[in-house]
Amino acid sequence: MSTAYEPVIGLEVHVQIKTASKMFCGCKNEYGGTPNSHTCPVCLGMPGVLPVPNEEAIRRTIQTGLMLGCDIAQICKFDRKSYFYPDMPKNYQISQYDQPLCNGGGVMLGKFAFPKETQKDDIASSKKVVRLTRIHLEEDVAKSTHFETSSGIDFNRAGTPLMEIVSEADIASPEEAFAYLKTLQQIVQQGGISDADMEKGQLRCDCNVSVRPVGTQKFGTKVEIKNLNSISGVRRALAYEIQRQSRVLSEGGSIRQETRGWDDPAGETFILRTKEDAHDYRYFPDPDLMPMRTDSGLLSEAQARLPELPHQREVRYMNDYGLGDYDANVLSSDLALAAFFEECVQSGAPGKACANLIANELMASVSSDASKLAESPVKAAHIAELAKLLEAQKINSKQGKEVFAEMLVSGKMPAAIVEEKGMSQISDTSALEAIAQQVIDANPGPVADYRSGKVAALNSLKGQAMKLSKGKANPQLIGETLERLLKAP
Amino acid sequence: MNVEYVAKLARIDLSAQEIETYQNQLGSVLEHMDAIASLNLDGIEPTAHASPVFNVLRKDEIKPSLPVEDALSNAPKKANDLILMPKIVE
Amino acid sequence: MNPAFENITSLRAKLAARDITPTEVIEALRARCTQVEPSVSAFNHLDWDTALREAATADASLPLGGVPIAIKDVIAVKGQPCTCSSKILKGHTAVYDAGVIERLRSLGAVPVGRCNMDEFAMGSSTENSADGPTRNPWDTSRIPGGSSGGSAACVAAHEAIASLGSDTGGSIRQPAALCGCVGLKPTYGRVSRYGLVAFASSLDQIGPFTKTVRDAATLLGAISGRDPRDCTSLDQPVPDYTASLEQGVKGLRIGVPKEYFIEGMDKDVEQTTRQALDQLAKLGAELVDISLPHTNYALSSYYIIAPAEASANLARFDGVRYGARVPDGKDVLDVYSRTRALGFGNEVKRRIILGTYVLSSGYYDAYYLRAQKVRTLIRKDFEEAWKKCDIIATPTTPTPAFKLGEKTGDPIQMYLSDVFTIAVNMAGLCGLSLPCGFVQRDSTDLPLGLQFIGKAFDEATLLRASHAYEQSTEWHTRRPVL
Repeated sequence: MSTAYEPVIGLEVHVQIKTASKMFCGCKNEYGGTPNSHTCPVCLGMPGVLPVPNEEAIRRTIQTGLMLGCDIAQICKFDRKSYFYPDMPKNYQISQYDQPLCNGGGVMLGKFAFPKETQKDDIASSKKVVRLTRIHLEEDVAKSTHFETSSGIDFNRAGTPLMEIVSEADIASPEEAFAYLKTLQQIVQQGGISDADMEKGQLRCDCNVSVRPVGTQKFGTKVEIKNLNSISGVRRALAYEIQRQSRVLSEGGSIRQETRGWDDPAGETFILRTKEDAHDYRYFPDPDLMPMRTDSGLLSEAQARLPELPHQREVRYMNDYGLGDYDANVLSSDLALAAFFEECVQSGAPGKACANLIANELMASVSSDASKLAESPVKAAHIAELAKLLEAQKINSKQGKEVFAEMLVSGKMPAAIVEEKGMSQISDTSALEAIAQQVIDANPGPVADYRSGKVAALNSLKGQAMKLSKGKANPQLIGETLERLLKAP
Repeated sequence: MNVEYVAKLARIDLSAQEIETYQNQLGSVLEHMDAIASLNLDGIEPTAHASPVFNVLRKDEIKPSLPVEDALSNAPKKANDLILMPKIVE
Repeated sequence: MNPAFENITSLRAKLAARDITPTEVIEALRARCTQVEPSVSAFNHLDWDTALREAATADASLPLGGVPIAIKDVIAVKGQPCTCSSKILKGHTAVYDAGVIERLRSLGAVPVGRCNMDEFAMGSSTENSADGPTRNPWDTSRIPGGSSGGSAACVAAHEAIASLGSDTGGSIRQPAALCGCVGLKPTYGRVSRYGLVAFASSLDQIGPFTKTVRDAATLLGAISGRDPRDCTSLDQPVPDYTASLEQGVKGLRIGVPKEYFIEGMDKDVEQTTRQALDQLAKLGAELVDISLPHTNYALSSYYIIAPAEASANLARFDGVRYGARVPDGKDVLDVYSRTRALGFGNEVKRRIILGTYVLSSGYYDAYYLRAQKVRTLIRKDFEEAWKKCDIIATPTTPTPAFKLGEKTGDPIQMYLSDVFTIAVNMAGLCGLSLPCGFVQRDSTDLPLGLQFIGKAFDEATLLRASHAYEQSTEWHTRRPVL
């Protein structure tokens, strides 16, 4: 019988912090630009220059730590991490070794952060928390472009403030890794820490993965996978690597401690380097930089700007507006979407109806891309008014869809569309009674059927009443009115 | 000390002759340093800065960068605003 | 008088009175250099055209208007070469001005010349220079001290009015002593290090070489103060250091540490220093016996901390963004390893290897961490001493200037030349060396220096005591024959 293996995964996530200037100099922190146009003696590592830390980068790292439930260090420092690489201007990176800004903390994996087809699995509903080891602050390196025989280096990116978020080896599947990254991405985006666009390298992920026979405790030999540039790529790379390691072990082989890359088109990992050429980073406290105290204002300033987190917002939407978990999750997962929803309900529109319209009609109209909301002719005022019309039963849900489609084309307000199309529903008791009486008088057959116990005959009478009212009668109310009149002695 | 290994870490190519010379010289330098090995340093805090002050930071403000020509003026090899090196393979 | 023989104070009086123009001063220095530079070799680079152009526009009404200052080749001056006397920076031109250069320029001074030095400031004799050694103006068969040998020699030889150097373990005070001029190492954090090519970042400090103590006060005042580009420069008020010069030493408690006067020390050095101390006592100072018990450990811990920091600081010299690069590197590693092998001299390589070793995995605690703890003990020694005295006096060097080549084969003998100066850097204090007499070697008079050590940010007391001593002696008026 063959042994089953289970993976043990830990992630190291690098997040570029969205500041105006770089980590240790005043150069603009901006993606792209003419190569080497955002550089100065400091970020080029010219002889004689000195670093001066950007306080905003420190504040935002603390803020991230607070959002993830970390302990914020009272005192910390910067260290030099030495290794030679052409994209490292000083051949040491200013980083944090034994005193990072943030320790501990965790990321809760919400159901909807999992890949769609796995959201029904038990693990997706388990509210698992992946523990964090630490978050530290460092500087990003330059970017290389590779040619036939040479490489070209652009130092624009060198010195961008960079957070490294290190998880414990708590992740047990590629899908959990996916959910972890999605959640982390959402949190740093909503906190205004980073745009966290993986394609632009604003969020990067290295994976440490090993496998062990199911039921055993001892960790297997771990392999590091680098150069992953999408969340689904991480999932695919991990799935491949778990399979590879399991196969090697089940064939009696052993896993070497090594660093591998991910070739997405080929769908496989490949070896980058083995442990024999592992680095000796020679960390020591950077003598150019003074230690930091967070209790001198940095911590309280970060606390003051803590935003509501996605999962907190989700719970609030469910409690305050009675939303279902799906709608609450969709609306809280994106800051623009949440703002849109809150604008709707602020005018007194019913939350549930608004949420329904936004999560279904509106999102479908922008292909589920919340960033396109601003371009849509349908604004919060439209949704609010439409929700009110539906709630007051002025129109039925089928008419609601019609009105929405019209708004999307013309941008007209829903009440005007209802008016124009003469859609207003008849909900007035006396008007409904008049219609019902007319139908009863004109259809003695079905009336007699109903009264003799054939309850289904009511449907035919209801159809007649809707026809008579040209579809404007409130379907539920006209049914009730008919029933009441038919039962009357 | 393994001079050959350490020189590799420091990215300095040494000849066999240099390795031998440095091995001898640095060996006696290290002997000299053993003076501090005998000191009792229990409970003594290390000094990283002569007079430490905390939070010497700067505001998040953009300062002008160098013109690209200046940034690359000392580069031994460059093309298309990039600094060139032999192809980097990890 | 030949303007080259003026000092800052006397020259400024003449410039302000328009008795002389800044251009004439440069011309005079050019003539002097033409005459003596072949035998001294104090400079790596002299660009008279630029100096003349800048002198022509110098505003003589500014405090240092029209005063040329020679600059050690380790401090960045925009548009001028900055090689640190290393092959690895051959052809490198600084693209920015150091903090001290900006300050000098704003006061009207003109940076002139690049002073020779031990490569990357590592050495005590200026023999470790890719540009060849500088020679001692008092005896050109001898070394001028180091690492700021060029800065000391050019002032002593009157090729410059004053100069700037840098001091990591004695690199200003030791050559000042051996060349017979005034050299001041300011308190760590007093002067901006922005633009000083780092050797050991927690120890380095820029300071002046001058012909008189008053000039040292003037030049220190000009370059001091917080620079927002250097986190280690401290926000301490900068007094007018010349204002308190005349206050004398009456009642000043001068500590004399027994660890600096030991069995077997050079008799001439001991005698000369004792005479200087007697002179200070005559002037009204109170001599106090003190002890700095961890003095013997300063050298060992220095030679761990300084190379460790240097190994990281010098990692950037890799031939990628600036400096020399081997033309035929076949891959990245090959470019690095051979560029650095060809670009660095022996002493620099030795220290990088030593520093890399003490930081490497498994050795950090045994070496670097212990050395940092010893540093704490050295600081505490001084804190204890300050309870008994206001200032400390010691010899600056264990011997007068030695012969070229005498110690190049034995690193430890060379390292021992800094034995009296290192503790000041380890504790981050200020120190000053000034001439305190001459001794004969091979029938030639060689200068010796007296070192004053002051409390952190108390350069004023250092300068006051030095001025009192200087004004009561004639050592500073002597000139080498060249």
